[in-house]
Amino acid sequence: MSNETILQMESVNFSYEGADWQLRRIELGVGPGDLVGVIGPNGAGKSTLLKLAAGILMPNAGQVLLNGNNISRMPRRAVARQLGYLPQNVYSSFDYRVEEVVAMGRFAYLSGVGFLQAADLAQVGRALEITETKAFRHRRVCQLSGGEHRRVLLASVLAQQPQILLLDEPTAGLDLHHQTAFFRLLVNLTKEGMAVLVVTHDLNLAGQFCRRLVFLREGEIARQGKVEEVICAEFLAQVYRDKIYVGRHPVNNRPIALPLAGEGG
Amino acid sequence: MQYLLTRKKYLISLAAYLLLAAGALAITPFIGSERVDVRQVIEDLKGAVPWSTDTDIFIYQRVPRVLMGFLAGGALAVVGGVFQVILRNPLATPYTLGVTGGSSVGAVLAISVPGWVVQMGPFTSVQLFSLVGAVLAAGFIYLMARRQAGISMNTLLLAGVTVGIFCGALIQLIIYLSNPHLLMTMVRWMIGGLDVVGYRELSTIFILLVPGLGMLFMQMASYNHLALGEEMATGHGVDVGLVQRMSFLGGSMATAAVVAIAGPIIFVGLLVPHAVRRISGYDHRVVLPGSFLAGGALLVVCDTAARTVLAPTEMPVGIITAVLGGPVFIYLLLKKK
Repeated sequence: MSNETILQMESVNFSYEGADWQLRRIELGVGPGDLVGVIGPNGAGKSTLLKLAAGILMPNAGQVLLNGNNISRMPRRAVARQLGYLPQNVYSSFDYRVEEVVAMGRFAYLSGVGFLQAADLAQVGRALEITETKAFRHRRVCQLSGGEHRRVLLASVLAQQPQILLLDEPTAGLDLHHQTAFFRLLVNLTKEGMAVLVVTHDLNLAGQFCRRLVFLREGEIARQGKVEEVICAEFLAQVYRDKIYVGRHPVNNRPIALPLAGEGG
Repeated sequence: MQYLLTRKKYLISLAAYLLLAAGALAITPFIGSERVDVRQVIEDLKGAVPWSTDTDIFIYQRVPRVLMGFLAGGALAVVGGVFQVILRNPLATPYTLGVTGGSSVGAVLAISVPGWVVQMGPFTSVQLFSLVGAVLAAGFIYLMARRQAGISMNTLLLAGVTVGIFCGALIQLIIYLSNPHLLMTMVRWMIGGLDVVGYRELSTIFILLVPGLGMLFMQMASYNHLALGEEMATGHGVDVGLVQRMSFLGGSMATAAVVAIAGPIIFVGLLVPHAVRRISGYDHRVVLPGSFLAGGALLVVCDTAARTVLAPTEMPVGIITAVLGGPVFIYLLLKKK
């Protein structure tokens, strides 16, 4: 973790109204250039953690600081100029053009009717280029493939010029090529100083690309640290309550985890 | 970036809709069961005294009726367009959220007691009861759907539909218990029409309509984001809770203002926003003002048809909008398919 922190979650507790389930004692910091993966079993609270980090949900106790300011007291536009959030399931109820969706990312910088100025158009163009969506910027979003759609939404978030990106299962449903391409894009963004906090259920994808991992189980951070500290056989067997093989990738020697079918399986 | 909205494109689009609206407003006051001579009216307005019958009809009947039709049609179209976005439901109309049910109960109740005449300023008892019914229905629905941050759109929709059904049952009960001689007045009110509109009625509509529409237009730039969902919109910097509250409140006020005078005129709020989206795209910064101007023009034209097709008898404009609206909407759906 870098010394400088963009996003800091301090002793955050949260529960949904009328539910017993709780997210407890979340301590997490993300700084420039960080690529932090949030992993864990289904129902562990990964998406809830991300929504709290984005200020979509407000903690019952503790606080979320964005560049030192309590996010719950910041105007939404101010948050959007520093933090980009991409939810898990996004569909458009109207069939906008790709460039229209990307340009919506400039909302926080506009006033009145919201006509784009030259600087806004430049940022929209840059976001289209980074995400390689420029070639189909005139197509309608409902005609895009899953991979193209996720890249367009990422472009819309990047057009906000955020310092930190929060992404919830951005590669869910994508094939291996599109998953890899998406995470390579995230790595490139962190090289430019952007901070990324990404929720994924795919341990290997997170292990290959993230610098740090946060493992969430039953609403608590069970472990966080370097990839090797989290993706290790003993820990994964304990948290998943199953036999898991952990080895090393033959090319880059990063940890990989595979399920074991059992005796004679 | 050929599909992004520029100031020039925006002004051209609005000018086209404005031209359509101006055409409807300029021509339709002269058309009706009584022929009005344009030249005579112009001569009279230049200073001739006394005015001819043509000018009397034009000034005291046609102009307020056309203006009322324009405002009512425009408002219903804008509210329909907004509700379709915030509820993420293409079939939403100004009447989806039950406010009209409350209005109708109030109006039918006022009609059911013939001696029950309450006059407050320019408002008649039917208008007053209709407004009170709308406020009660909207207040109840809001309390049901209110959340810590904003409004639950699912609850809003369910509560609105339920209140609408409940109000329908209340109306049937009132009709059942009422003097049969009053039934025609009640049914006539519920069809919706503009045939008894004068300057007094026109003046009353502004009290709720202007702030209501103002609240919707103030949020105009946020609606596109809500089409991507509440979370994505929040991520873009939209204060979703504020937009939802303003939209529900503003939409309810504008609808209540129209329904209290013109009754529940159907299909304008459903059809016009979809038609404008087909012509001008899905950017609600164009769709909303475009819907206001096109909705106003459409209702004014429909009302002109209502007072001419069966001349010298008049037909309620609600029948015309329903008869035309259904097939046109199906045509739009098939064309999209």
